[in-house]
Amino acid sequence: MATFNLNVVDWLILAIYFVFILGLGYYLKRFTKSQEDYFMAGRKNSAWVAGIAFLSANLGALELLGMTGNTYKYGMYVAHFYWVGAIPAMLFLGLYMMPFYYSSRIHSVPGYLKLRFDEKTRVLNGIAFGMMTLLVSGINLYAMALVLRTFLGWDWNVSMWVSAATVAFYVTLSGLMSAIFTEIIQFFLIWFGLFLVTILGLVEIGGVDQVLRNIPASFGTLWSTSADASQNGMAITWAGIVLGLGFVLSFGYWTTDFLVVQRAFSAKNLRAARLTPIIASFPKMAVPVIVVLTGLIALILAKTPGSGFALLQDGGQVNYDSTLPLLIMRYYPHGLVGLGVSALLAGFMAGQAGNISAFNTVWTYDVYRAIINKNASDANLMWVGRISTVVGVVLSVVTAYWAKGFPSIMDYMQAIFSWVNAPLFATMLLGMFVVWITPAGAFWGLLAGMGTSIAMFLGVKFHWIDPATLTLSNTASDMAVNFWRAWWAWLVCFSLTIFISLFTKKKPKEELVGLVKGLTEKTAREGIPFVKRPEFYAILSVIVLVILNIYFW
Amino acid sequence: MKPIWYFVGLFLTATGVIVFASGIYDLYNPPVQKTVLAELHPGVWWGAVILLAGVLFYMTNKNKTIE
Repeated sequence: MATFNLNVVDWLILAIYFVFILGLGYYLKRFTKSQEDYFMAGRKNSAWVAGIAFLSANLGALELLGMTGNTYKYGMYVAHFYWVGAIPAMLFLGLYMMPFYYSSRIHSVPGYLKLRFDEKTRVLNGIAFGMMTLLVSGINLYAMALVLRTFLGWDWNVSMWVSAATVAFYVTLSGLMSAIFTEIIQFFLIWFGLFLVTILGLVEIGGVDQVLRNIPASFGTLWSTSADASQNGMAITWAGIVLGLGFVLSFGYWTTDFLVVQRAFSAKNLRAARLTPIIASFPKMAVPVIVVLTGLIALILAKTPGSGFALLQDGGQVNYDSTLPLLIMRYYPHGLVGLGVSALLAGFMAGQAGNISAFNTVWTYDVYRAIINKNASDANLMWVGRISTVVGVVLSVVTAYWAKGFPSIMDYMQAIFSWVNAPLFATMLLGMFVVWITPAGAFWGLLAGMGTSIAMFLGVKFHWIDPATLTLSNTASDMAVNFWRAWWAWLVCFSLTIFISLFTKKKPKEELVGLVKGLTEKTAREGIPFVKRPEFYAILSVIVLVILNIYFW
Repeated sequence: MKPIWYFVGLFLTATGVIVFASGIYDLYNPPVQKTVLAELHPGVWWGAVILLAGVLFYMTNKNKTIE
């Protein structure tokens, strides 16, 4: 099997990357003096810094490899994950939800649940989020070791322990600040390290027109084949895309997942916090230039006789995740190979650092201070944050070894988000925009929503439920089942929260000032010209989104 | 504290120099095993692009500090 053959130049670039991120962690330690510095990066970041970190926290290597492979498998429908499946939610977060989050000066998303509802809803979400984060972090680590072993022949244990120790070192020293700095380095590494694959692929194929001309018709459209699930590669209808991905999964992830929202909390003021996801929406829309175009290029090359390009096979199954690494091998000479491998490594490690920095914050504020030590001092919270960072990294490694023993756990990755985030979005939406939603309604609705999602997952997994029942169509891909499961979990949580709230005790309105629409003063806009307001950039973002969807309709 | 853009500049400059230099070396000492489109010498011009971006980030931020 083909593997990367690194020479001294490639190793030098890898060494520079490691020296930089370790050095940054050490350099930033001297500026990390309080809990606000450690957990919120001092709340002094510009909208650009927070915005790029916001995007990078999501742009892990697992996503890059997975989505490029998915494009090979499903075609251009994968772009929905970056456009309708992300942009509306990011803009909604910036325009409507951020004022409630940021103005309440909370340290985490579960912290909002405590203020708006009660302690038990916060702890429920805090524990669920903490478990989800460690599980995702561990699976990420396992996936990284798998990729490094497959393409570089690196030892499994060395890969995992070296990357885990590196992340533990810089996050323990300087918390969110170092996580954000390394995420921004990762952002540039990914663009400079991987965009060249697209350029060289287009040169070889003959341009974008040739790419679109040489793929199956259903692989080159976004919506025109979505009326009938059997007519598109993803086997999903427009309703599944809009309700499952575009609404529930997307809004659930981008507006409530603390891993990304934490980056906006680090902004220096409310305007910068609101701009954070809006600025991030522009590079987010550009990511398909790397993942979708390279996936389509790989598809064409694989079908071209004599091209010498074929995806790897694992036990008779096509390894779609091998698409991007194989293209790097095809085009990159030494030096650039080191850059490409560093980009993938940075994607994995920054993703892990993002998970760990979100975990240490939620654990410290929503479990330790909420339950164990309500009067913890500033120094004590920082100490607990550092200890929980190390413990979180160790638990991630344990999870990674567990995943190694049960490789099918990778299937759970997508499902995990619909267990936690999809119902939480219903709770947040009702909590922020409906005054009379009660703490009991929120708690039981959230619990029922999470339970529904897990039950549906198990039901399909063990064939108790026909997937077509969930997707309301005769054909159902795994992706379609994921989208629809998220929708049903959201609907159960949404309906039950409203129903229970009709009969249970409401919180006094004076306790909800600043937390719910209608009881909150409008954002001050005096003196800020329209072209500098978040609304202006959101309109620009919507225009770009509409043009892209019409062009590739 | 130095802004992150300063470090981005340093990092891109360092990697840009190495990729560019490696590309120049390959230009005069072509490797035995050639990659597809090796005749375009991607290491040279892409290395130059990275180096240019790095220098721009570095020069515009070398005197800046943030609170």
